[in-house]
Amino acid sequence: MADAITAKTPEIVTTGQMRRQMLKEFWFYFSENRGAVIGLFVFIALVVVAVLAPVIAPHSPFEQYRDAVLRPPVWAEGGSWSFLLGTDPVGRDILSRLIYGAQYSLFIGLFVTTLSLLGGILVGLIAGYYRGWIDTVIMRLMDIILAFPSLLLALVLVAILGPSLTNGMIAIALTLQPHFVRLTRAAVMEEKTKDYVTAARIAGAGPIRLMFRTILPNCTGPLIVQATLSFSNAILDAAALGFLGMGAQPPAPEWGTMLAEAREFILRAWWVVTFPGLAILITVLAINLMGDGLRDALDPKLKRS
Amino acid sequence: MALLQIDNLTVEFETATGWFRAVDGVSITVEKGEVLAIVGESGSGKSVSMLAVMGLLPWTAKITADRMLFEGKDFQKLSPADRRKLIGKDIAMIFQEPVASLNPCFTVGFQIEEVLRIHLGLDRQARRARAIELFKLVGLPDPAERLNSFPHQMSGGQCQRVMIAIAIACDPKLLIADEPTTALDVTIQKQILDLIMDLQTRTGMGLIMITHDMGVVAETADRVVVQYKGRKMEEADVLSLFENPQSNYTKALLAALPENATGDRLTTVSAFFDGNPDQPSGVNA
Amino acid sequence: MFGLLLRRLAVLIPTFLGVSIIAFSFIRLLPGDPVMLLSGERVMSPERHAQISAQLGMDRPMVIQYFDYLGGVLTGDFGSSIVSKKPILDQFWALFPATVELSICAMIIAVALGIPAGVIAAMKRGSIFDQGLMGIALVGYSMPIFWWGLLLIILFSGTLQWFPVSGRISLMFYFPQVTGFMLIDSLLSGQKGAFSSAISHLALPSIVLATIPLAVIARQTRSAMLEVLSEDYVRTARAKGLSPFRVVGVHALRNAMIPVITTIGLQIGVMLAGAILTETIFSWPGIGKWMVDSVFRRDYPVIQGGLLLIAAIIMTVNLIVDLMYGLINPRIRH
Repeated sequence: MADAITAKTPEIVTTGQMRRQMLKEFWFYFSENRGAVIGLFVFIALVVVAVLAPVIAPHSPFEQYRDAVLRPPVWAEGGSWSFLLGTDPVGRDILSRLIYGAQYSLFIGLFVTTLSLLGGILVGLIAGYYRGWIDTVIMRLMDIILAFPSLLLALVLVAILGPSLTNGMIAIALTLQPHFVRLTRAAVMEEKTKDYVTAARIAGAGPIRLMFRTILPNCTGPLIVQATLSFSNAILDAAALGFLGMGAQPPAPEWGTMLAEAREFILRAWWVVTFPGLAILITVLAINLMGDGLRDALDPKLKRS
Repeated sequence: MALLQIDNLTVEFETATGWFRAVDGVSITVEKGEVLAIVGESGSGKSVSMLAVMGLLPWTAKITADRMLFEGKDFQKLSPADRRKLIGKDIAMIFQEPVASLNPCFTVGFQIEEVLRIHLGLDRQARRARAIELFKLVGLPDPAERLNSFPHQMSGGQCQRVMIAIAIACDPKLLIADEPTTALDVTIQKQILDLIMDLQTRTGMGLIMITHDMGVVAETADRVVVQYKGRKMEEADVLSLFENPQSNYTKALLAALPENATGDRLTTVSAFFDGNPDQPSGVNA
Repeated sequence: MFGLLLRRLAVLIPTFLGVSIIAFSFIRLLPGDPVMLLSGERVMSPERHAQISAQLGMDRPMVIQYFDYLGGVLTGDFGSSIVSKKPILDQFWALFPATVELSICAMIIAVALGIPAGVIAAMKRGSIFDQGLMGIALVGYSMPIFWWGLLLIILFSGTLQWFPVSGRISLMFYFPQVTGFMLIDSLLSGQKGAFSSAISHLALPSIVLATIPLAVIARQTRSAMLEVLSEDYVRTARAKGLSPFRVVGVHALRNAMIPVITTIGLQIGVMLAGAILTETIFSWPGIGKWMVDSVFRRDYPVIQGGLLLIAAIIMTVNLIVDLMYGLINPRIRH
């Protein structure tokens, strides 16, 4: 009648196997989202372009061709094949500048995101773990930073520190930090009450080990999603600073700075304005698409079983 | 003419892995004033068939039936607007989670008066008076004050009383109760059940009681339909079902009741399927 | 409700003090001598330096200076601009209405288009409409808005000549400012063509400023709506035989609006940041442009005062949004 229950020895799964399994599962959900995959490919293409810039770019981004000022792109009247996307007001090839600009943008995104991620996680861990007055002070500080619109704050900080790309990046990283702090803090507070943390603490784990090895790995999902958001915001904000003249300084081929130089020529030479902005748009779009896909794949609440 | 007649109802859902058949060729009939219990475990499709009648299934559902008649009216031929005139008025349904089933942003007074306005066209004073009357009927204390409460301020039992009040507001001919007491405390369960049966006796409305609890079946039903995995296993009047069950599945359900346990272990339903739950032995149409 | 207000204020006041401390220390953090920076004089003799120093109270302890500053702020004295020599608060109030007018128009566009778009996308989930709308929204908030503004200028002002490029109203018109809102003032002036000129000047900047909030609101509304539509109480509403319009428009929308209102409130901060860029591109004489110009001109008292004022405005708006949230969500109220 009733079938006998045979005792089965549980399969032993190594950490490596588990990681591979998680990766496979992650890719399954991520790849379901076509936009996310397209975003990923575009992003990879951008990285390749940035890395291979010295090889792919037809000209140097700084070389000024005095006799080819404000040339239109190759398909318009007056364009030529040596300047595929035309030239800017001082005769520099736009395509080459765009290609080198990819280096700037990706570096900016990476630098800013890493800075605000590391800083934010550290501060958030401390605030969420220790609570008490340290938590209150930190959260008030974050509220203060969030009380300002991010661009304004970055602008003022750059005014203090002096207009340059580095200062701009530091300023932007500072404005993006509170998001990571809040996320980490909320996650830490939630995880802290869970049994596995108590178990680790009873087993003798000290606070640092608890914070980094026990709790943090379980908060990575939302952090990764926020990181992609910060990446794209960093690129947009840095370009905005460059546009206002407070970021990367000319003659740097940063896309925002290129737009600043082109501003007075918008009605005469549309290509000087269109292409750098398009580059920004495509980059940010790709990252946001990836971010959407990451969110669908990593956020357990949204997972469809 | 039967109050509700469903012949050969099939409901399928489109899922990522193909079509899932939640209800498979089920036929159900309810006469005027009759209490029918639909009993089965989770996943048996007992709620889905009733949700299909009420038109509450998501758009991913495919509903096919030979006949779906309510008081002789063919539901499959009715326009959505005409169907909405019957739903909530002549057929009403109450659900399992009473607090979640009420809109948290509106007072319960608003939510009951809404039905009175739209289906019965009562003016403000008449609505308020009738609402208070209904709240009294379902046993809510201080009915006039209750009208201004929000669902999160009330207990589960009270919210279920409100749901019942909303359901009977327009004197329905048929009330469908989908596991109305499952989410409530044991002591409240009996009160709510008694309330529902009392209302049924008084108004003479038809009642379909969906439940997984054989005890509830014994206390309330005239006739019983047993469902398993979307199929009807057995149908009988309540006394015959308990004394002389025909289907093996019904026998398994009855044997699994704690009070029927013999020896040290409780009998499980799966024990009767010889390890093959998809193909139960002794299927009754 | 009152309790909610008090609780929020209790948090807000220390935050505001913190902001004022930061604004105060701002000048002291700058490279260079604060006295020279504040007075704007590049070259000073030692006597002049001492004179200005005493005048500004720089010789006193830092804490006293801070409380002096704070006292001034609370009575409305934010100092004077180096460039224009006028009181900062006056300058602020003169320019603030322009930014407010622009922001309100942009917010109206964003909400009027964004919420319906999100609702329809949620109701027709998975359809072409849904995917197309959300695709457009994604492009919308990936867009660098200073570029978007320039593009629109090229298209509408340059090629099509439909809209003007800069300013709030054509230079042909002059009338005294009553409210500071060009739309209202132009109507009040009674001059022919003034109102339509004001509107046509407002058109492009509002569209540009509205773009990102529009995209965010549409996406947020859609996801909030999707969540709400799968709730039990929506099923109950349908079970009552209510029409789809009522189910979505009354029962679902009210609940879906709760997170969306929060988003709308947050967008105000985004708008002020966006206003900086939009105002710069369209030469719109508002707060954003004022701040950018001040940074360029090294008008440090203005930067300091403007920072404080803008932060105060944002905190006030957030407070109002919080209270409105309490109104809509009964659970918070009690």
